[in-house]
Amino acid sequence: MSYPTETEARLRADAAAIIDRYPIARSALLPMLHLVQSEDGYVSPDGIALCADILGLTNAEVSAVATFYTQYKRHPNGRYTVGVCINTLCAVMGGDAVWRRLRDHLGIGHDETTDDGAVTLERIECNAACDYAPVVMVNWEFFDEQSPESAVDLVDRLRVGEPVTPTRGADRVVDFRAMSRVLAGFPDGRADEGVGAGPRTLAGLRLARERGWEAPGPHGSDGGDRRDEAAAAATSGMRSRTSAHDAPTVPAGSADRAGAVAGKPAADREDTTMAPATGTSQPSQTSQPSQTSQPSRAPRAPRRPSADGKESP
Amino acid sequence: MTDRQPVTLTPVLSRFWDDARSWTLDTYRDHGGYGALRTALDLDPAAVVDAVKASGLRGRGGAGFPTGMKWGFLPPPDGRPRYLVVNADESEPGTCKDTPLLLAAPHLLLEGVAITCHAIGAERAFIYLRGELLHVHRRLLRAVEEAEAAGYLGDDVLGTGRRIGVVVHAGAGAYICGEETALLDSLEGRRGQPRLKPPFPAVAGLYARPTVVNNVESIASVPSIVEHGADWFSGLGTEKSTGYGLFSLSGHVTRPGQYEAPLGITLRELLDMAGGVRAGHRLKFWTPGGSSTPIFTDAHLDVPLDFEAVGTAGSMLGTRALQIFDETTSVVRAVLRWTEFYEHESCGKCTPCREGTYWLAQILHRLEAGRGTAEDVQTLLDTCDNILGRSFCALGDGATSPITSAIQYFREEFEAGMHTPAWELFPYERSATVPVGDYAAGPPRSRELAGSVA
Repeated sequence: MSYPTETEARLRADAAAIIDRYPIARSALLPMLHLVQSEDGYVSPDGIALCADILGLTNAEVSAVATFYTQYKRHPNGRYTVGVCINTLCAVMGGDAVWRRLRDHLGIGHDETTDDGAVTLERIECNAACDYAPVVMVNWEFFDEQSPESAVDLVDRLRVGEPVTPTRGADRVVDFRAMSRVLAGFPDGRADEGVGAGPRTLAGLRLARERGWEAPGPHGSDGGDRRDEAAAAATSGMRSRTSAHDAPTVPAGSADRAGAVAGKPAADREDTTMAPATGTSQPSQTSQPSQTSQPSRAPRAPRRPSADGKESP
Repeated sequence: MTDRQPVTLTPVLSRFWDDARSWTLDTYRDHGGYGALRTALDLDPAAVVDAVKASGLRGRGGAGFPTGMKWGFLPPPDGRPRYLVVNADESEPGTCKDTPLLLAAPHLLLEGVAITCHAIGAERAFIYLRGELLHVHRRLLRAVEEAEAAGYLGDDVLGTGRRIGVVVHAGAGAYICGEETALLDSLEGRRGQPRLKPPFPAVAGLYARPTVVNNVESIASVPSIVEHGADWFSGLGTEKSTGYGLFSLSGHVTRPGQYEAPLGITLRELLDMAGGVRAGHRLKFWTPGGSSTPIFTDAHLDVPLDFEAVGTAGSMLGTRALQIFDETTSVVRAVLRWTEFYEHESCGKCTPCREGTYWLAQILHRLEAGRGTAEDVQTLLDTCDNILGRSFCALGDGATSPITSAIQYFREEFEAGMHTPAWELFPYERSATVPVGDYAAGPPRSRELAGSVA
């Protein structure tokens, strides 16, 4: 390791704070690699050696982890990672054109950096903002609904050092190292900047308000007094079971009752004679994979990676 | 469809997202936030588990496994740690619901985390957030600080003596970490590769201890169930797919965005709310729940979007990621790009997935370029058959879904790939919704990963 003594001491103190979050130290490795990037602008050999030393791993073990994940850079990154989503939906909506325009404009390809060290260009996969396609990310902040020309303007501003403001994010984009420090779990005080939701995020809610649709029950009639009740309950030390329950409900008999739902047996609902039973109201697709799980080569419904582990016992 | 009741939107999770500073604790409390936590802490943990079971809540991360049942699989307490892990690694192409939820209202998740920890007897929870969401990371870190300062999290939750600690953990760019066992390996500081199951995480999860892994939206739905009761929740949705969920419309639709509705709503109804397919165009194909769910066509507009009906119709509800493509779109181009995604994201552990996705992409490239062979369509299907069900996790299975379903509905487009490039059949600039000038025309040069200017 060749960090200056002071730098190494600071990094070790930060690493200790990260390790403190976990019952087992090795869990700190991913955030520690973000920490290394916040210092060196990539996962440097020094950084790998430091992580290995602190966690009692070999350099090879740390490298094996670092090379698995695309956010860990193997060579010095530019100040700004500009990622163009080229997954299907963004690509079709214009993302492919954005990518080509930027590639030609900057004269670099995927994971390459402009000579001035300002911009590293990346083709990125779906970044969970499909309703705002085509999407560009700058240091993992959202730039929604981009076109080839807006993206050129964006990178030009980054290259001359002008501040740029994400569509849904902080007031300005921070540089790669500052970003990496936040990902290591050290707040930068910018959480309250920016919007809560963009216009498309609110598309459904706004329509519901226009048409007077509310979920049945207390939520539909949110009172303004809940907070006072909650505060009163908290200060009195009395845990209130009712503080969130006592707002008036939409009358059950209201014809307009929201949440009336497809596929419910009609008996559950007022004023209807019939509702289609679940699964019977569309043409059958007998040639489709079925939901069987036989281990043969017969077609079956695919599984997919999931948070909710369909494969649980 | 004449007998259907009118279906309306039901903003529950999204009900206050348009408030100024919706992400703060103050705003959340203005809307009754953390009331359900007080209620839950007065209840026996088993009663909370029972309420979630009775609500019928099924996992919102794609697979739809009953949440309460998953909690119930934990072995009896043995005095040693057990964990809650929240999967916030939202990366499935088309899926964009957890991210706006966390940006707008992180406390929804944190209240759900606190209640769930109480229910399952966990003192520590980890939120595994994908690393490519900087501002969401900031919001979550801040929300944890606020909740700790207010006593909703920490060493003495609301004066009950209960300890609930929450760690926000950033991933580093790997779709596979959305698979729950790969996520656990990643959270343990390793390469994110799936584990063989069993043992399931409920028995041996994080650090080989009993662990519940749930999706963001699943956990964020828990406070409402505790607050209003299981009957209220199960009164929404369909008989076996209860409750509400975020439906994310994207692509060639007039007003894309988040629409929170009861399960069982149809695409026809959602499109009507969203202003329809973009003006002057018509629906060609769509995904009901992300790229890993077999595609649907305009023949499926009236399929109730619940777990059962979508399954019966040959796909999966998945994450309600409704990607809409109109008649200008080349299905070969779309499927190729998804296939390249799976090729890129395959962790490499299992040969059928690692090698199979590579060859699928090779074949689709030549079909897109109009240089396919007479055997290519059959080779695609054979290759899919050799991937499906032959790997540890579902990534490989998901890779086959768009291909086999697209060939089922649009076989002639793949066969046209023997002689005509997709960009001649479907000029790509016509699909774009932003001005693209000359940059959409011609061969897509889509394999530019390695690089420099072609």
